[in-house]
Amino acid sequence: MSPTRATLIGVAAAISVFLVGPPESPSAGEAAAVQAAAGPTAVRIDNFNFTPPTLVVAPGTTVTWTNADDDVHTVVEKDRKFKSAALDTNDTFSQTFTAPGEYEYFCSLHPRMVGKIVVKPEGKTSSN
Amino acid sequence: MADRDENQLLGGTHMNRRGLLKCMTWAGTGVLWTLSGGVPRSLGVLGEAAAAEPQASGFTFLQISDSHVGFDKPANPNALATFQEAIAKVNAMPTPPAFIIHTGDITHLSKDKEFDDADQAMKALKQKVHVIPGEHDVADADNGKAYLDRYGKDTKGKGWYTFDVGGVHFIALINVFNFEPGFKSAGLAKLGDEQLEWMEKDVAGRSASTPIVVLAHLPLWTIYPEWGWGTEDAGRALGYLKRFGSVTVLNGHIHQIVQKVEGHVSFHTAMSTAFPLPTPGSVPSPGPVKVPAEQLHSVLGVRTVNFVRGKSPLAVIDSPLSA
Repeated sequence: MSPTRATLIGVAAAISVFLVGPPESPSAGEAAAVQAAAGPTAVRIDNFNFTPPTLVVAPGTTVTWTNADDDVHTVVEKDRKFKSAALDTNDTFSQTFTAPGEYEYFCSLHPRMVGKIVVKPEGKTSSN
Repeated sequence: MADRDENQLLGGTHMNRRGLLKCMTWAGTGVLWTLSGGVPRSLGVLGEAAAAEPQASGFTFLQISDSHVGFDKPANPNALATFQEAIAKVNAMPTPPAFIIHTGDITHLSKDKEFDDADQAMKALKQKVHVIPGEHDVADADNGKAYLDRYGKDTKGKGWYTFDVGGVHFIALINVFNFEPGFKSAGLAKLGDEQLEWMEKDVAGRSASTPIVVLAHLPLWTIYPEWGWGTEDAGRALGYLKRFGSVTVLNGHIHQIVQKVEGHVSFHTAMSTAFPLPTPGSVPSPGPVKVPAEQLHSVLGVRTVNFVRGKSPLAVIDSPLSA
């Protein structure tokens, strides 16, 4: 068996676990959290909103924001732990999250635009 | 007290210290302001005004705002060009204004090249240009370093300063550094304690008859909180100015003219030289408004849009660009 094939099988197995879930899966919340952790890592900025407003990711995930607006936006953690430059239309900003926790951020040009990145280890439920 | 004094600029012209800032004219350039005593009157469009008004009793200065150099979207594919046009119009005035103020958003993205282009364009002006930043000028990842390196010399704190011309005290305030996210505030601009304390001291010893002009990028009164068009702690700043007989507040940010007079304080926002913004609440979000190309210049103010015929106190005067 070639290494490539082994990898593919491994990926397929992982997907089946994430999407179908073991029959003894304790809660829908856990499944959703697991999916989120393995899934989206992008936030779209559109119509003066961050979408999704809350994104759940696993530690080590790099999140990328893309500005789809005609106006300029920024991505600024509320205590300035991270800050993007001014993002013009189609500009992106990426930030890697290693430490678990909740990171609230906003657009410093339009402060009513707010969002949150929740970093939690896979398997933790979204309710804690 | 004053960080910059420009009495020399006026060449001995005398300003009536009780005079009010009373008249302004809008043209493609921005706003032409006349300071002199007596009954307020309109001056007409910029070119006519300058010709008709010798300004014997005062002086004029001009406000430019929101040039957004670097902006190249459909609402204005070349904001540098319209900024240069505005500057050319100022230079064509028969009676040049004594000085220029730029009330922020010089650039669109706080990039060095945009600041370079804007500086180059403003070099064509013969007058001194007093600038304050808009939030677009301090949007770099280094929290305003690009702006402050360039314009922060001889200023206090994060760029605030004062200057005096012809007996009028100008206070340039900065309200684009202290935004707090919407989940723990109203999302309005803030001046911040440090600046407010500085301002309180600055005005404390001044005669109440000194005309005061306050510059700030975001409006110092709440025009539309849903879009953040206001300054949370502006009331404190205005409180320090209560005893003064004439206070004029000049703002930018909203790319349209809105005016209000409250007692001795008059508030005015300016048009942009780059692109219009929607009137408050007319659309879900305050993004640039694209108008047909042939109309762009009219919404940037190449025609006279409004003037105030003064009877104090005046009612709130909302003047959408389409009027």
